[in-house]
Amino acid sequence: MKNSVVSFLIGILFAMGLGISGMTQPQKVFGFLDVLGNWDPSLMFVMIGAISVHLVSFKLITKRKHPIWDLKWHLPESKELTPALISGATLFGVGWGLGGFCPGPAFTSLASLQKTPFIFVLSMLFGMLLFYFANSKFKFNR
Amino acid sequence: MNPELLKSLLGGVLIGTAVSMMLLFNGRVTGISGIISGAMFKPKEIWRWAFLLGLLAGGFILNQINSSFFSGFLLSDWWTNVVAGILVGFGTLLGSGCTSGHGVCGISRLSVRSIVATITFIISGMVSVYVFRKLGFFI
Repeated sequence: MKNSVVSFLIGILFAMGLGISGMTQPQKVFGFLDVLGNWDPSLMFVMIGAISVHLVSFKLITKRKHPIWDLKWHLPESKELTPALISGATLFGVGWGLGGFCPGPAFTSLASLQKTPFIFVLSMLFGMLLFYFANSKFKFNR
Repeated sequence: MNPELLKSLLGGVLIGTAVSMMLLFNGRVTGISGIISGAMFKPKEIWRWAFLLGLLAGGFILNQINSSFFSGFLLSDWWTNVVAGILVGFGTLLGSGCTSGHGVCGISRLSVRSIVATITFIISGMVSVYVFRKLGFFI
């Protein structure tokens, strides 16, 4: 229960960050990816801001034996560079450029009740479902 | 400093703070694609639903403050968004993460997988914008 309350509040904070930074405006994403056209570097500063905070906080937080409300850390352990990692990131990039949305901003934009984010998110969920079935058949080494 | 850059930096700091809190309290990576797919495929873990509800609540607050937070959608046919969404959904699960999980959390952990994935999807996104514009996908 405690974990869920804090997750809810973190979700609000995360959404605020997405909105203020401009990530919820696909034109800005498009501008950032448009290096050979009219390049808008501002979204690079989102990553600079987020990573500079978390580079430091990650080191400090993981000095603890365990998180405040859990008995262990749940961090990814895989170290291998797999074909699935590269091809998945490539497909994601193509969709990101085409729609100007990545998952967080798209989901947050549902709250605006506009049509475009709904079409995008429903299609994204369908894509995830497709992966789920493909993966249960082919067992990708992710 | 240019106010647009400053807003992006501030938004980034808020995102960095949010993912830090997730790690501190719950010990987890804040990867949105993983949280969404986890909510679908492992629906008993309530914290994911709570987080997603928080995103919507945050979006609602933003929309009340200024609806222009949700503007600037790309001018293209509706089915472009269908194709884009499917690629993003499938690709982020195959590649084990998106902008938040790899781009923010993974890079901050200095994970080689995340650094490679982030460079890959940014380059792929840049190529995609270039090619699709040449092909006349954006009006």
